[in-house]
Amino acid sequence: MKRMLLLGDEAIAQGALDAGLSGVYAYPGTPSTEITEYIQRSKEAHERGVHSLWSANEKTAMEAALGMSYAGKRVMTCMKHVGLNVAADGFINAGITGANGGLLVVVADDPSMHSSQNEQDSRFYGKFALVPVLEPANQQECYLATQYGFDLSEKYGTPVMIRITTRLAHSRAGVELGEPRAENELTLPADKRQFVLLPSIARRNYQSLLGKQAAFEEESEQSPLNAYEDADNRSLGIIACGIGYNYLMENYPDGCPHPVLKIGQYPVPRTMVKRMLDNCERVLVLEEGAPMLEEQIRGLMDATYNISGRLDGVVPRAGELNPNIVAQALAMEIQPGMEKPQIVQPRPPELCKGCPHIDSYNALNEALSDLEPGRVFSDIGCYTLGALEPFNSINTCVDMGASITMAKGAADAGLFPAVAVIGDSTFTHSGMTGLLDAVIENTPITVMIVDNETTGMTGGQTSSARGKLEDICKGIGVPEDHIIVVEPLRKNHEQNIDVIKRELYHRGVSVIIERRECIQTAVVSIKLAKEAKAKKEENA
Amino acid sequence: MKRDIILAGVGGQGILTIATIIGLAAVERGLQLKQAEVHGMSQRGGDVQSHLRISDRQIHSDLIPEGRADLIISIEPMESLRYTSFLAPDGWLIANKKPFVNIPNYPDFELVWKQIEELPRSILIDADKLAREVATGRSMNIVILGASSPFLPFELSEFEHAIETIFSRKGEAVVTQNVAALRAGRAFAEERNLAMQ
Ligand SMILES: Cc1ncc(C[n+]2csc(CCOP(=O)(O)OP(=O)(O)O)c2C)c(N)n1
Ligand code: SF4
Repeated sequence: MKRMLLLGDEAIAQGALDAGLSGVYAYPGTPSTEITEYIQRSKEAHERGVHSLWSANEKTAMEAALGMSYAGKRVMTCMKHVGLNVAADGFINAGITGANGGLLVVVADDPSMHSSQNEQDSRFYGKFALVPVLEPANQQECYLATQYGFDLSEKYGTPVMIRITTRLAHSRAGVELGEPRAENELTLPADKRQFVLLPSIARRNYQSLLGKQAAFEEESEQSPLNAYEDADNRSLGIIACGIGYNYLMENYPDGCPHPVLKIGQYPVPRTMVKRMLDNCERVLVLEEGAPMLEEQIRGLMDATYNISGRLDGVVPRAGELNPNIVAQALAMEIQPGMEKPQIVQPRPPELCKGCPHIDSYNALNEALSDLEPGRVFSDIGCYTLGALEPFNSINTCVDMGASITMAKGAADAGLFPAVAVIGDSTFTHSGMTGLLDAVIENTPITVMIVDNETTGMTGGQTSSARGKLEDICKGIGVPEDHIIVVEPLRKNHEQNIDVIKRELYHRGVSVIIERRECIQTAVVSIKLAKEAKAKKEENA
Repeated sequence: MKRDIILAGVGGQGILTIATIIGLAAVERGLQLKQAEVHGMSQRGGDVQSHLRISDRQIHSDLIPEGRADLIISIEPMESLRYTSFLAPDGWLIANKKPFVNIPNYPDFELVWKQIEELPRSILIDADKLAREVATGRSMNIVILGASSPFLPFELSEFEHAIETIFSRKGEAVVTQNVAALRAGRAFAEERNLAMQ
């Protein structure tokens, strides 16, 4: 059998390929990005013609995936947790249409917010959409969950969510591969109205989805991802979800003396949970994320059983789990090493040396220096680091696209000048529609698109905006003489300040495109060009 | 047998190359391995760490518990101290001497070095200098791996083999340089007559 050393993300990618995947649709987002990147690099995927190009955002990715499922093929869409907010409309309604070819929605959550603005738990979305959710605990389970998930999806004609978290997504371990299987043939749904969610059809589909819930729960009871491991010491029972199980077992290297219910598939297998509650004096719930299961078990009145977890503070309410937190919840002694010496200073991330955003912010700061601060609405990307020293340039970062729309709202409230700073990839992700709102009302805002010609923050993926920004802005209706392209370089500093100052006081929509390639991708392109040239010379 | 290793440094310094080499040696031996990496936000010149665990038994957690790391291997001196709470009572800390200063309040270098040298089991090595002497500055992380090698359950030849596998793509010269860097780091550690108790 073939063994590979894979990240959790990569194990999902390889698992999906081996399970007969025909396409992946995704927008980058830590910690989910490496799933799609693995498929993009895979020779086999390339030979098979598996779709893997990036989508403009998570909503377009979700819908394209639903389309491929409609056509009968196995498809996966991948995103970070907040991406599911963007894709939620498609996701929830895909629950109602159901799937034709196997449809996996892979969502990577980021508890402790290593690189995110919140730590929302996607399992709630799965419950909301009434679809099965798989939560693998290790890299091997990541690999297996894909084929298992596709089969579940096709058996019930439903989307299936796979939920992982940062530590599994970005941790490597040995994975045993199974036998690859063929892709599906193109087959359209038998009922040509199944995907037409007119109220009459939607009601019927919804009833059918509700009707499947008991079967989904039964699948959970039988699932290879769920297991009841009985033990003698029933003063305590432990329910461990996802990678919470690993941290538990880390603390019991010779086996856990208490009964353990390992959960990796939802809806919650109630019979298994009840067995634990009835057999143990107290039950500890370990969840990597929000206390979702804990809340469900406690119920509204929180009366019957003796339950501990995040809600009674035995486990901290926020943040990811780790072996020490779990040890403390088990009232075990832990002996940490020497405390971090006081001289150690925090080292926050920073813009790379030579990053174009540095010059953009230097010019913007100077252009705004005569005005009261607090008028720069920004967005998510490398340029968000402009919030920190030494720039202190921006005042907001909320969700992708919110810079333009928040600037508009503030301008409507009377703030003038109001500035939006947004990256090129973020602009095509969800800035364009907000710009249309501003154009329609001729709202006085200055939009600075910091165009480094890539999706920098997540590692330099191709940006959908590449080569299209001027045309998009023109097409949306920004007047041509207020679409200005500048090159953020130190030598252009004075002239760029003048441009910004002029547009700031324009009583309408202006777009300044600050265009210079990201240093990181530039270095890679130069290296590739050099290698190509060397090869050519060698051959000549 | 198990070794729990915290790799530390600053984003972009290349701690993952060290992890890859140790990982390859472990896989060749048929050992279990887990390696938690950092991607995304923390890569831009911020502090980065990786948890590398190898064992002949099943490894459950991707993260090392506090107080249990056998080794902290750091490419940067202050960064090595960020993770002391993870170090086991008999664990070793191996750190590069050259500070990477990209914050205004970086502490006094002498104080950082003193803190490291005062630990009961530590090696402070000027890996940049050694690397330049035997190879090029870029092999600095391999020098550090060499200095850590007495505390790892592998023969030096196993690391050399791994280096060959990883760097052969870049040509014979790069392999030779990195092997030299590895040996120089090892010699430095041995000169101080150090071995895991
Ligand atoms: C809804 C959503 N999807 C994905 C992400 C992850 N993400 C954060 S910034 C970013 C890319 C930004 O690229 P760009 O706007 O071009 O700015 P750059 O980083 O290149 O400066 C991505 C994909 C996110 N935070 N939210
Ligand atoms: S990755 Fe590119 S865009 Fe991001 S900080 Fe570095 S140079 Fe700037």
